[in-house]
Amino acid sequence: MTTTFEAFQTRAAAVSAEVHRFATRHEGLAFIEGFLREVGVSEAPGSGAVWVEGSFLEGIGSAHVSSQVPGVSFEVTREASACAKVGISQLDWAIAATGTLVQDATAVEKRLVSTLPPIHLAVLGTERILADFNSVLQRLQPEQINYIAFITGPSRTADIERVLTIGVHGPERLIVVVVDEFEKVTA
Amino acid sequence: MTTEFKDSIETALHNPNLTGALGRFSEAYRISRAKAYEGIDFEAVRDRIAEVKGNACSRFEELAEQFKANAERRGAKVFRTSDPAEVKRYILDLAKAQNVQSVVKSKSMASEEIHLNKAFEQAGIQVDETDLGEWIIQLAHQTPSHMVMPAIHMTKEEVAEVFSQEVEAGQAPDIPKLVKFARGKLRPKFLAADMGITGANIAVAETGSLVIITNEGNARLVTTLPRIHVAIVGIEKLVAQVADIDPILTALPRSATGQLLTSYVSMLSGQVPNTDGSPKDLHIILMDNHRSDMVKDPKFKEALQCIRCATCLNVCPVFRLVGGHVFGKTYTGGIGTILTAWFDELKKSEDIQGLCIQCGSCVPVCPGKIDIPGLILELRRRLVVEQGQSLAMKAIFGVVNNRRLFHSMLRMAAVTQKPFKQGRFIRHLPLFLSDMTDFRSLPAIAPEPFRDKVKAIAQPKQAEKVVFYAGCLIDFAYPETGTALVKILNKAGIEVVFPEDQTCCGAPARYSGAYEVAAQNARDNIKALLETDATYVVSACPTCTVALKHDFLDTFKTLGITDAMGEAQRLSDRTIDFSSLVKKLVDEGRLTFKEGQHLGKITYHDSCHLKRTLKATDEPRELLQKAGHEIAEMYECDTCCGMAGSYSLKLPEISAPILERKLKNIKDTGADKVVMDCPGCVMQIRGGLDKDGSPIQVEHTAERLEDRFE
Repeated sequence: MTTTFEAFQTRAAAVSAEVHRFATRHEGLAFIEGFLREVGVSEAPGSGAVWVEGSFLEGIGSAHVSSQVPGVSFEVTREASACAKVGISQLDWAIAATGTLVQDATAVEKRLVSTLPPIHLAVLGTERILADFNSVLQRLQPEQINYIAFITGPSRTADIERVLTIGVHGPERLIVVVVDEFEKVTA
Repeated sequence: MTTEFKDSIETALHNPNLTGALGRFSEAYRISRAKAYEGIDFEAVRDRIAEVKGNACSRFEELAEQFKANAERRGAKVFRTSDPAEVKRYILDLAKAQNVQSVVKSKSMASEEIHLNKAFEQAGIQVDETDLGEWIIQLAHQTPSHMVMPAIHMTKEEVAEVFSQEVEAGQAPDIPKLVKFARGKLRPKFLAADMGITGANIAVAETGSLVIITNEGNARLVTTLPRIHVAIVGIEKLVAQVADIDPILTALPRSATGQLLTSYVSMLSGQVPNTDGSPKDLHIILMDNHRSDMVKDPKFKEALQCIRCATCLNVCPVFRLVGGHVFGKTYTGGIGTILTAWFDELKKSEDIQGLCIQCGSCVPVCPGKIDIPGLILELRRRLVVEQGQSLAMKAIFGVVNNRRLFHSMLRMAAVTQKPFKQGRFIRHLPLFLSDMTDFRSLPAIAPEPFRDKVKAIAQPKQAEKVVFYAGCLIDFAYPETGTALVKILNKAGIEVVFPEDQTCCGAPARYSGAYEVAAQNARDNIKALLETDATYVVSACPTCTVALKHDFLDTFKTLGITDAMGEAQRLSDRTIDFSSLVKKLVDEGRLTFKEGQHLGKITYHDSCHLKRTLKATDEPRELLQKAGHEIAEMYECDTCCGMAGSYSLKLPEISAPILERKLKNIKDTGADKVVMDCPGCVMQIRGGLDKDGSPIQVEHTAERLEDRFE
């Protein structure tokens, strides 16, 4: 497991994603809360965070998070996402070979929080990291899922003079929080 | 070539921004591509792509119907049409019926192909490109110059100026700021648009899925925010099954941008919810536009294996000089030339097909395994069949097809060139011929051709005979190369036979599309070269070797000539290039190098046909090293020198800067000799160095090895 994680981390870091690993959900959550405070998430206009709930918060509760960090909203709308600073969602799989996150993104909320805010924070269970594209494709069934999203690092362009520039239309930062406590971090 | 076309080349060549940007890119591209493919078996990947896409295009009709059924089952509306006008009508009708005020687009070459934006503008509907490069191009009222990087021809200063003029005054030429500016200006457009338009990189029949690949994230917004999504998909994007995605997704990012994977890959299968909870109105247009005609063409079918990575542009020595716009409005570069001829019309490729220098650089790196130069040659041939050869070319080929006349004219030239000759060179030609000697000297026709010289060489009679095919350049300009070859083979106990009736190999005719002329050359040579019972037919010109070994067969096959195929095959089996033969003789112990020689540093230039068709790269190097030389490899040692037969006569303005680059790379090694296996390259490089007044010596491998054996 460790080697798969490390391969993922190396590849993801190579494409400017920031990867953090924690043993438990509580440790992961503490990091997330600290991060949200650090980037200035608050109830002020344009400073909110939108979070699509997943199993990660099971038994912890969204109310707990909102009380710890005011400005975090679990009601994900187009308008809220368009003016949020951070979008948070739980990802289904990851690919070690390319540092890629994979998600059944059929629910529009999952796409809103990972496309509109300038920072996307992704939560992932360590055991969800698989070796390669095919291993993931075998588990995700395109014949049943209508929108599968593969995300490898933040949004980027090299369209002007081929100079790599991060953050065009999508997030300019991608933070990946990987948690070992897998039974609660499965999609 | 039209004056307009020549002018567009001239403009491109005199744009330092363009040539500078493309030159730097082509250098960086090679490195990033190689790095991205580390640990990947490229040959295996492209075998799979060729198989997957080749099979798919044989089954277009079936796969298109299967795709339609599966996508419609999942809520999409699928519209199939062969007509670009129908595509536009469908989208405009939909926009009107749905009261669409504004449209956002992610990058789609299919929409460029049918000039969709113009149709929207005419209908009074606001349409905005959202891919940064495409947006810049749209604001600048230009067309894309590159399939992957549409605005690669523009500098940040030009972009800032376009933004300032078209969007908001005062933009500084600062790339991160320009990118931020684009994000800020386009975000409200994404949020306001009623309709989003995308292309697709792959369409999977068994699931009705579209695979869309981007880096900027714009396609995710285009497919998420507007209530209507229209995808325009060329039917060549179809594959049978989900498993077929893998090789394409392995190659496309690596070949296109040197990435292991792009930032975003979206796999959409049917309807998804809109932000208000309603189901997305999803329309998929499967567009044919002559693609199924290509499937029916046994030669051009393989062009549909293209995955639009633009590698053939990135490695092309001509593209990096002239950029994309000289190729036309949509698809550019090598593959673009082929697609334009089909999606538009054959005649549209008349000028641009001439840009291909036939160096073959794109062949080993094409993920779709498409023989791009081969197909461009086929375009050339069809143009000649359709429109006939020009009078001047007809006159030339009339001469080439009559060996006695051709050779007596060459002998006559040896006399008439005298006023222009300075030593072994012609340094200046007057009037309209001056283009040919502006950037390099030409070799003077030798006073005594090899066919006369060979009679004076006293060869020991031997049981084993090898037939020597000299080719025009060695015969009439560089007979000393032939003499060296005879001397070396004699040392191996071989008698060299020179059949007098051998004539031009037909390459000039074939590369001009005049296959009938080439076929007659082939027949004459086959007869002359097979007369002697010899172990090998050897040539010291890679282009001639390729003609004897491959082109005669292909010319006959293309023209449906069957009676000469057997003989052509016999000649092919017997033909070998000089270095490969000598290496064989050394390996067999029939030639022994003089021992203990320290001959100093040289550099070696790989000739296009030797490296990429005959695949002999190690043989000449090994021989030169064993002789006692140290090889200082030059940068881009296998990049074309710009000679390419008559190319340097037709497009001297392109040939000259390609040569200039080659000369710089040679000089940078610090070697005082550059060695090569092709007399055409000798002519180009020796002529260039002479013009420069450089002391670097240019030699054919045969000459370099002449006195190196015991």
